[in-house]
Amino acid sequence: MSAVTEHVDNHSHSVEDDKGDGHHVPTDGYFIKVALVLALLTALETSTYWIHIGGFATPLLLILMTIKFFMIVLIFMHLKFDNKLFSVLFYIGLGLAVLVYSVFLSTFQFFAR
Amino acid sequence: MAAVRPRSWRQLADITIHESAPVHVDDHSHDDHGPGGAHVTATGLSNNKMAMWLFLGSECLLFGGLISTYMLYRGRHGSGPGPAQVFDIPLTSVSSFVLLMSSLTMVLAVNAAKRDDDKNTRLWLMATALLGALFVGGQVYEFTAFYNEGLGFTTSLFSSSFFTLTGFHGVHVTLGVIMLIALAAIIGRGRISGDKAEVVEMVGLYWHFVDVVWVVIFTLVYLIPA
Repeated sequence: MSAVTEHVDNHSHSVEDDKGDGHHVPTDGYFIKVALVLALLTALETSTYWIHIGGFATPLLLILMTIKFFMIVLIFMHLKFDNKLFSVLFYIGLGLAVLVYSVFLSTFQFFAR
Repeated sequence: MAAVRPRSWRQLADITIHESAPVHVDDHSHDDHGPGGAHVTATGLSNNKMAMWLFLGSECLLFGGLISTYMLYRGRHGSGPGPAQVFDIPLTSVSSFVLLMSSLTMVLAVNAAKRDDDKNTRLWLMATALLGALFVGGQVYEFTAFYNEGLGFTTSLFSSSFFTLTGFHGVHVTLGVIMLIALAAIIGRGRISGDKAEVVEMVGLYWHFVDVVWVVIFTLVYLIPA
């Protein structure tokens, strides 16, 4: 086997691994359970509209939002099971957005209100 | 070596590349595709998938800008109606639930595509499109109700930033619905090229991102009081 063919064969194998076809493909049942948890968290979020909990509402809503965000990104979007490079690409954009717009809002004294 | 007549521009490009490096022609003609027709790349990862994640990272910046602008202007409604007067939280909660469930049907479509189960892939894709269309319908209803209550696009800084943010999101959902229907039709006709599971996964990533953006909008725009 030539060196070129060997190189290609190695890559073919890594594609299979990175796609996670034979390794970490969660079952339909697992996704249904995750969706039920997400639905429960949404119900909890929505309940703060009717049940007044005062100053705890905003931090609670922000925590629930963050949990839901990462559950979808990590599990439904397979970031947890995929190659780390995909996570890096996404988190760079997300981190940059959080940083830039936090500075932007601070400039307009949004957090001081 | 026998002459090969190109049948498409892509094939012509492949032949041109191979002819400039004739040593690789014979080896690559059989081995440059991974399982399911995926192209072998320098990183060993799918370039399409990498590009999609890069695109989604850039979309964070787009929606970050729109959300930040809304947060800054949500209290600036002057004499016009403000968030507390117009928002219909029960309706928006149902819409949020619908979009969340569409993420479940989407992930089931991706799983079915990985099992090479065309029938269920199409079924779940169409279910996702239906739920997405339902969400867009809810948004159209909401916008109409707001307009009837005197909240137009140019009424106040609050209304402009609100309609721009939610409108942009609605356009993303609409494009997603079109992609889902088109993908289901292409799979149905058996005219999909390359790795089918990967194509479904690409559309799935876009769809989940749209859902994730709504998770943020629902909390920051609708639930946290101004």
